[in-house]
Amino acid sequence: MPRPPDDIVDVLIIGAGASGAAVAWSLAETRMKILCLEQGDWIKPTEFPSNGRDWEARRYADFDISPNRRARATDYPVNDDNSPMKIANFNGVGGGTILFTAHYPRMHPSDFRVRTLDGVADDWPIDYWTLEPYFAENDRMTGVAGLAGDPAYPTHEPNMPPVPLGKTGTRYARAMNQLRWHWWPSDVAVATTEYDGRGKCINLGHCTPGCAQGAKASVDITYWPHALRARVELRTRCRVREITTNEHGMASGVVYYDPSGMERFQPAEVVIIAANGIGTPRLLLNSASARFPSGLANSSGLVGKNLMLHPWPMVFGYIDDELDGDRGPQTVMWSKEFYETDPSRGFLRGYTLQFTRGTGPANEAITSMAAGRLPWGKDHHRVFRSLHYHRMLIGVACEDLPEEHNRVTLDPALTDSHGIPAPKIDYAISENTRRMMEHGIARASEILEAAGAKNISCSRTVLNSPGHLLGTARMGLNPERSVVNEWGRSHDVKNLFIVDGSIWVTSGGVNPTSTIQALALYVADSIKKRLATLFD
Amino acid sequence: MTAVENPNAELAPAQLRDLRRLAGFMVPASAEYGVPGAEDEAIFADIVRSLGRDKDDVREALAMLREIAGGDFAGLDQAAAEAVAMTLLGREHRVMTALGRAVLQCYYRDDRVMHALGIEPRAPYPQGRVLEPGDWSLLDAVRGRRRMWRDVDSTET
Repeated sequence: MPRPPDDIVDVLIIGAGASGAAVAWSLAETRMKILCLEQGDWIKPTEFPSNGRDWEARRYADFDISPNRRARATDYPVNDDNSPMKIANFNGVGGGTILFTAHYPRMHPSDFRVRTLDGVADDWPIDYWTLEPYFAENDRMTGVAGLAGDPAYPTHEPNMPPVPLGKTGTRYARAMNQLRWHWWPSDVAVATTEYDGRGKCINLGHCTPGCAQGAKASVDITYWPHALRARVELRTRCRVREITTNEHGMASGVVYYDPSGMERFQPAEVVIIAANGIGTPRLLLNSASARFPSGLANSSGLVGKNLMLHPWPMVFGYIDDELDGDRGPQTVMWSKEFYETDPSRGFLRGYTLQFTRGTGPANEAITSMAAGRLPWGKDHHRVFRSLHYHRMLIGVACEDLPEEHNRVTLDPALTDSHGIPAPKIDYAISENTRRMMEHGIARASEILEAAGAKNISCSRTVLNSPGHLLGTARMGLNPERSVVNEWGRSHDVKNLFIVDGSIWVTSGGVNPTSTIQALALYVADSIKKRLATLFD
Repeated sequence: MTAVENPNAELAPAQLRDLRRLAGFMVPASAEYGVPGAEDEAIFADIVRSLGRDKDDVREALAMLREIAGGDFAGLDQAAAEAVAMTLLGREHRVMTALGRAVLQCYYRDDRVMHALGIEPRAPYPQGRVLEPGDWSLLDAVRGRRRMWRDVDSTET
C-alpha cells in the first residue's frame, strides 16, 4: 500500500534529476523513509524522438531544450529576456540528463582553488581530492566511456571504451597533431558496451533529444531503478510551491500540488533541494515567510546571485570530404590545451574545446539557413550538398566566473500553471569571459583551417545556453558569504540541504553533470556520517 | 484531402495558398538533383500539419508577404511573385527563422528527398547506424605528454 501523502517522511527530495537521483540512491541504504517529488513525468523510451521520422523536428518542439518553447504542462516559464544566453532545462524524471549531450568531463583540481591560484572569485571549501572517490562511484553508477591516461587529468579509469573517433574525429585529431595541441577522447556518459542492463550505443544520432536505445546515461535509467528497488518513493507531477518552517526555524515540509492540482502538505524531517540553479533559488525565494522575509536560507542575501551559465561559442567549418554527420554520438573528443590559466592570453582561467560531429539533414538545413549559409531558391540544393555531412563544429566551453549582478529573482508578473511566481534572469557576459571567448574562437578557427575547413563561421552565444545552471546558492565556510556549508547544509536552516548546481562556487570550463552528481553523493555521504548530530 | 482543403490546418485558405507558393520559391523542385519542391502536395501537407509552435510566426510572415505584395501573393505572375518572395526571405526577422524551420523540417524528411541525398528514409531507432572506428594511432602523439593539470599545491602547470 502506498503511504498516505500526509505521513511524515524522514527525507524529502525535491527534483528527480541528476543530483536528486544520486542523493536518493545514496541515502537509500540508511533505510530511512525517503520521498522524492518531481514536477515532471517519466519519459518512456518509446517517446523519444529517434523512434520516428520526425526526430529532428521534435528537437524544436516537445523535446526543445528551452522550457519556454517546449512549454509542456510540466514546465515552468522562465523570463530570460534580460540575458544574451537563454535558459535550457528539462522537467521530468532524469531532469537535464534527458536532454544532455552526455559529454562528461570532471572539474579539474585547479577549478576548486581559483582564488589561491589565480586571484579571482573564491576557492571552494572542498577540493578535487575530497570528491575523487565520489567521482569514481558516480562513474560506476553512470557508466562512462573514455580512455585512461589523459595528461590533462589526474588518473582515472573510465568504465568502457571510448566512442569511435569516426571520420570526423580522425580529421580533428590530424589537425590537432599538426598544431601540436592536446586532445583526448572525451569521457562520455554513453554505454559503448552493454552496461548495468542497458544496451550499447547504436549511433542513433545526436544524443541531445533523449536516447531510445537507453545507451545514454540519463538518471531515469541509471540511478532511479536502483533507488526505487531500495524503496525510495518517487511521485511525479508533484510541483512544490514552497518549503515551510516551524517555530524553531527548521524546515517542516513542503506545500505542493499533486497531479490533480490539489494543494497538499508533505511533512518531512529533512528537506533536500535538487531543482537546479534556477529552480532552487526560485523555490527558496518563493518560501519567504515572516521569519525569513528575504527568502528561505537567505540571510547572506546570496540566494539567486552569482548565476553562471557557461558562455559557449560554437565555431563551424565545412570540408570537402564526407564526415560522420549524425551517424554517432555528437561529442567525440576534447582539448585542454587552453584550460589552465596563462595570463599572457589576456584573461584568467580557461576553456575546454569540445569537438563534435555534424548533424542530421533537417537540422543542418535549419541552422545553416538561420546563419545565412544556406540560400533559398535555385541555389539551395547545390549549397545544401556542400554542407550536409561536411560539417565540423567545435564548442568553446568557457569558464564563467561568479558575479552578483548575474542573478535569479522572482518575476513580478509571470507565473507557472499553478500560479507560482516564475524565475527572472538578469545576466551579462563579463569582460574576462568575452576575451576568453574570442581567444577560443580564434583557436578553434585555426584548428578548422588546419583540418582543411572552409566557410568558417561562429555563433558567439548559441540560441540557448548549454543548460548549465550554476552558483545561485553557493557553498562556503562563511555564512555571510555563502548559502550552504561545506557539506551542503543550509547555514540558516539546519535540516535543509541543497545538492544541485546552485551550490557551485565557480563553474570551471566543463560540462557540469559529472561534478554535480559527485557533489550530491558527497553530500549524501556527509549526511550519513553525521546522522546522530545532523542538526547540530 | 489536400492540405489546402484541410479544415484542421487553422490557416485561412488564402494563407495556405500564399504559403504553398512561397514554399516553392524557398526550396524549388530540381530536375538536376531529382527532388521535388517544398510546394509538393505531400511535403506541403506535412508542413501545414506540423506548424505547431511556429504557427503564429508563420502567420506573421505571411502577413508581411501580403504587405510586400500589396495584396494577394498567390495571384501574382511568376516574376512578380518571385521578386516578392525573395524580398521577404531576405529580411532578418524572428519570424523568418520560424518560417524556414517550418518548411525545412518537413522537406528534409520526405522519402524522395532522402533518397536523393543517399539517405535511407527511416527512423534512427531501432536499426541505428554504422560509425567507423577512426584512426586511433593518431593518439600516439599525445600519449605520454607531460602532465598538464595544475595541482592545488602548486602554481606550476
